[in-house]
Order: sequence, then structure tokens, then C-alpha cells
Amino acid sequence: MADDVRALSAQLAQDPHSLVFLRLGEALRRKGQLDAAARVAVNGLERHPHLADAHDLYARILTDKHDYEKAFDEWDMTVRIAPNHTGALKGLAFLYFKVGDLTQAEAHLDLAQRIEPDDPSIAQAIAMVRGGAAPPSPAAPPEAPATPTAPTAPTAAAPSPASLDESRVFAGLEGANEGLLLIDGAGRVLGGALKDKSGTDVTDAVAAYLAGVSQEAARTAKLLGLGAWSGLSAEGQHGNVHLSHPTPEALLLVVRDRGVPLGRLAILAQRATTMARRWLERET
Amino acid sequence: MSAALDLITRVRGVRGAMLVSADDGLVVAEQLMEGIKGGAVAALAASLAGRLRRAMEAAGIGVSVFWHLQGERGALLVVPGTSAGGILVVAVAEPDVNIGLVRLELLRAAEMVV
Repeated sequence: MADDVRALSAQLAQDPHSLVFLRLGEALRRKGQLDAAARVAVNGLERHPHLADAHDLYARILTDKHDYEKAFDEWDMTVRIAPNHTGALKGLAFLYFKVGDLTQAEAHLDLAQRIEPDDPSIAQAIAMVRGGAAPPSPAAPPEAPATPTAPTAPTAAAPSPASLDESRVFAGLEGANEGLLLIDGAGRVLGGALKDKSGTDVTDAVAAYLAGVSQEAARTAKLLGLGAWSGLSAEGQHGNVHLSHPTPEALLLVVRDRGVPLGRLAILAQRATTMARRWLERET
Repeated sequence: MSAALDLITRVRGVRGAMLVSADDGLVVAEQLMEGIKGGAVAALAASLAGRLRRAMEAAGIGVSVFWHLQGERGALLVVPGTSAGGILVVAVAEPDVNIGLVRLELLRAAEMVV
């Protein structure tokens, strides 16, 4: 294995634009050298940002590092580029299972099975989900599973129904505890949290101002004949924000640094809006 | 000022462009298609810009450089504030307008009116 890594590293050094980084990253991942594997994957992604397998590789590395939020983002990007990527579909199913969304987990596995009907591992994973056990992590090498299945089942880890529900509002989304905020029409916080650059919690202050913004946006859209407003994106000096309303009363704010372009932020916000809407529907 | 607004209104899907005083919400200059009420656009854009600015400052994001309200039947796009000396550069557009292009022209127009 060490020889493999040396040989692949040499090949990559010789031709930095080649796709050998995929094999090198995977070899490092399997050896447990996750930081090195992540560096290889990120460098590869910089050169091949639209390569689905590169996003899939990075997602598997992130899963091994237990960074499930970013892994979700990478697998999500993989299926946007290559909707029939079964590795990514299995990965998303695994992550959905981990946050307790069995419907989504099974739906992703069903889709993977339609694409690869002869893959026995998919049928096995579907059976496991239906039986309440976690499907195998796509990140784990077949010979040495990195993630034990039973302890990761959310039913085993849940401390209480109330806290579990709250934690699931934005489950699976990058930065769920720092850059997402869900408030009701009166500016009361329903979920998420916000911190400024210095790490100070600014959740309550922002929530108070946002209640006014929501009403103003609705009034402006109505009076200008724009119809119902669906979103408000803003580019700031130190970050970007997106506002949407999962229900007529609730408002969702997503904040990211300027490195996340407004278009990508809108995609992330759309996903968060769907999750928030589901959660609100369950709660009411 | 007219040249600055020309930059914006020549983009396909833009129904009008305006320069608005951020402080009082009054029209400074406008090029609007028939049926768009300049005074209302100016007042509402300035009011929303003010609320958004306070929310963004509270979140530690600083002042906004560009914002965009998307509606079912159209969009309001704004480059606010300091870079244009207290003037908001505003566009009203169709829902399927090229937002990236309008943003660029709004920023260029804002530089021209400083």
C-alpha cells in the first residue's frame, strides 16, 4: 500500500493535471491518512471542479473524518453533476439515515437500485434501512468498515425527542449551528444560531431585525407587482446572506462568508428551506 | 446620470432603473417603462435597504454591496450605499432576467454616480 502511495504520488507530481489524484486520495483514505487524502482531493477539485468522482472522493474522506455536513454538501454536488452517480446516492442515503430521515434514505437507495439493479449491496442496504439498521457507509472500505452500523443509528443516540427534533431542523447542512437561523413572524428564534466573526452570538439581535425585513420584503414585492416574494439575496462586505420563508409566517436566514457565491448560497438555502418546512409541518 | 442608467436599462429583461436617495427614499433620476411607479419603487427600496443594512450589521457582515429581492413576477435589484455616496442604484426586472449581468451594470453605474 505504501508503495502504491509513493508510485501514485510520483505520477501526480509528474502530471498534476492527471486524474491519478482520485486513486492517490482513495489510497491515502484507506490508509487512514485523512488529512493528506483531503489535501489531495481538494487540490484535485481545484483543477477539476466539475468532476463528479472528485466530489465523491472528498465526500468519502469527509465522512471518515465525521464531517457529515460537508460530506452531505459534496455528495449533493456530485449528484447535481452526475445524477446517476450511485456512490453519491448511497452516501446521501447513509447520511439521511444518520439524521433519522428514513424516507429520504430509502428514496436515494431506490434510485440507486434503479440505476444499478444488479448491485447486491444496494438491495442489502435497502433491507437494512427497512429493518432500522444503518446502511453501510460508502466511505468504509469493504474489508475494514470504518463506521460501525448499530451505534450510529439515530434512535440509539437520541437523548430525548424534543432535543432530537430541534437538532434535526437543519440536520445534514453545512454550518447548521452557526450560519442558519429560523424565526417566526414575531422575530422569535425557532432554530439555528448565528455568530459574528469574533464568535459572539448575535442570534437574538439579528432575529429582532429580521422580523422587520420580512414584512418589508413582502410589502415591497406586493406594492411593486412582483407577486409573492420567494427570496432575498444580499452580498455584504464580509459575507453573503439569503432570506426565504419556509411558511408564510416563518423566515429563514442563511449566512456564509464571501467565498460562497450567491448562486450556491441560494441552492443551500433552498435545501434548508425544504428541511425547515418539513420540520415546521411536523411541529404544528 | 442618464448614461449610468442606460448601462442598466439596455440589459434584456430590465423594466426600469433609478437612482434613489438612500436617506429619504426620493427619486434622483429614473428611466422606467410605463406602468412602474417611480416614487413607490424609490420609497420601498430605500426602506427595505435600511432594514436590511441594520440586520446585516447586527450579523457582523458589514454593509451590503448588492441585494436582490426575487418575486414570482419580477425582481428588485439594488446596489446600495456608501460606494455611491448615499445613492441607491435600483433596477426593476422581469423574473427571468440575467441577475449576474444586471448586478455588474448596477455596480458600474454606482461607480459613475459617485
